[in-house]
Amino acid sequence: MTLNWKTGGLALGLVFFLAVLLVKPIGVSTQFVILDGILWNAVDGSVVTQADDGSYTSTNAYLAKSGGKYAKNVANPLNYSFVFVVAMVAGGAISAFMRGGIGAQERQMPAIWRANFGDSQMKRNAAVFVAGFVVLYGARLAGGCTSGHMMSGMMQTSLSGYIFALGAFAAAVPTALILFRKEA
Amino acid sequence: MSSILLALIIGGAFGAVLDRVGAASPTLIGKMLNLSNLHLMKAILLAIGTGSVLMFGGQMLGLVDVAHMSVKTAYIGVFVGGLLLGFGWALSGYCPGTSLVGAAAGRKDALVFIAGGLLGAAAYMATYPAVKDSGLLDKIAGGKVTLGTVPDAKYEGLTALPGDLLGIALGLAFIVVAFILPERITQKQPAAATV
Repeated sequence: MTLNWKTGGLALGLVFFLAVLLVKPIGVSTQFVILDGILWNAVDGSVVTQADDGSYTSTNAYLAKSGGKYAKNVANPLNYSFVFVVAMVAGGAISAFMRGGIGAQERQMPAIWRANFGDSQMKRNAAVFVAGFVVLYGARLAGGCTSGHMMSGMMQTSLSGYIFALGAFAAAVPTALILFRKEA
Repeated sequence: MSSILLALIIGGAFGAVLDRVGAASPTLIGKMLNLSNLHLMKAILLAIGTGSVLMFGGQMLGLVDVAHMSVKTAYIGVFVGGLLLGFGWALSGYCPGTSLVGAAAGRKDALVFIAGGLLGAAAYMATYPAVKDSGLLDKIAGGKVTLGTVPDAKYEGLTALPGDLLGIALGLAFIVVAFILPERITQKQPAAATV
């Protein structure tokens, strides 16, 4: 069901190339901020405001940075980067459906977690919630994630992409070696 | 409007490929990171190499617009943020993009990751002024730089080496490493009794 690494790697590389050929390099983690902004602005409409000259700004310093480009995308979710991520979810759903889905056990938690930590849903959810928090905080601090920094960045020979990958694997490999001693 | 159409096509393809290559499976991510199954690592290296060779090759032939490059700034926070992301990536098996694809495939724990992620992103929005004042975001080594100097690009080069040729050479190196990397590095452990 999983593509072999040669076919899969080639297909993945072609998608990253097509993105930079036709539009711009792929990135994902910014859209977590944009979705936060959309939700926040829906509750409190004064978060993102538009000036008379058409430019956008925000009461939040992060949304307002770089001339309000994030504030603008919060106000106009029908932009390339946000639609890209929504389409990515749809593409993942169609692909998973077409290959027959992932099975009831995997829906609850992945096999490698079950093999090492048992099948408490509470334990898995607590760990994954903390991980999600740390990953997105880290990605925003770094200015990109696995897609934007590691894949798109190293592909373009960006110094920042190499620095990011070094940090990510320096933490990820020891963590995985300690956590996952039993194989699924 | 055509940019929205491109977002649908490229985004859709990206989601589908991440699913098919196994990047949205925390088990395969865990096996890559504990060095017991490097197939996904090989795929990632091959992807970076393929993208690099095609992009820089296309630039040299005049088929790819150099202005489409988007190089991010280098600063200490890139490394610190990378460490944080790496820890959470190993713990959960998800990164921002693959959590979305995992949730799309029906993984319930991916939804929990996304909830944590939205809170983490909000926490960064709230603490951004303090992070900025700390100096973690101050650019290093020239900031938005590529390893070589790419002709006609708006970015400086860390070195004066021709950036397009260096990009192709590094791309080929990634592809070679993808092929010579062993399938596993750590020794086989006894499999768990159940599952």
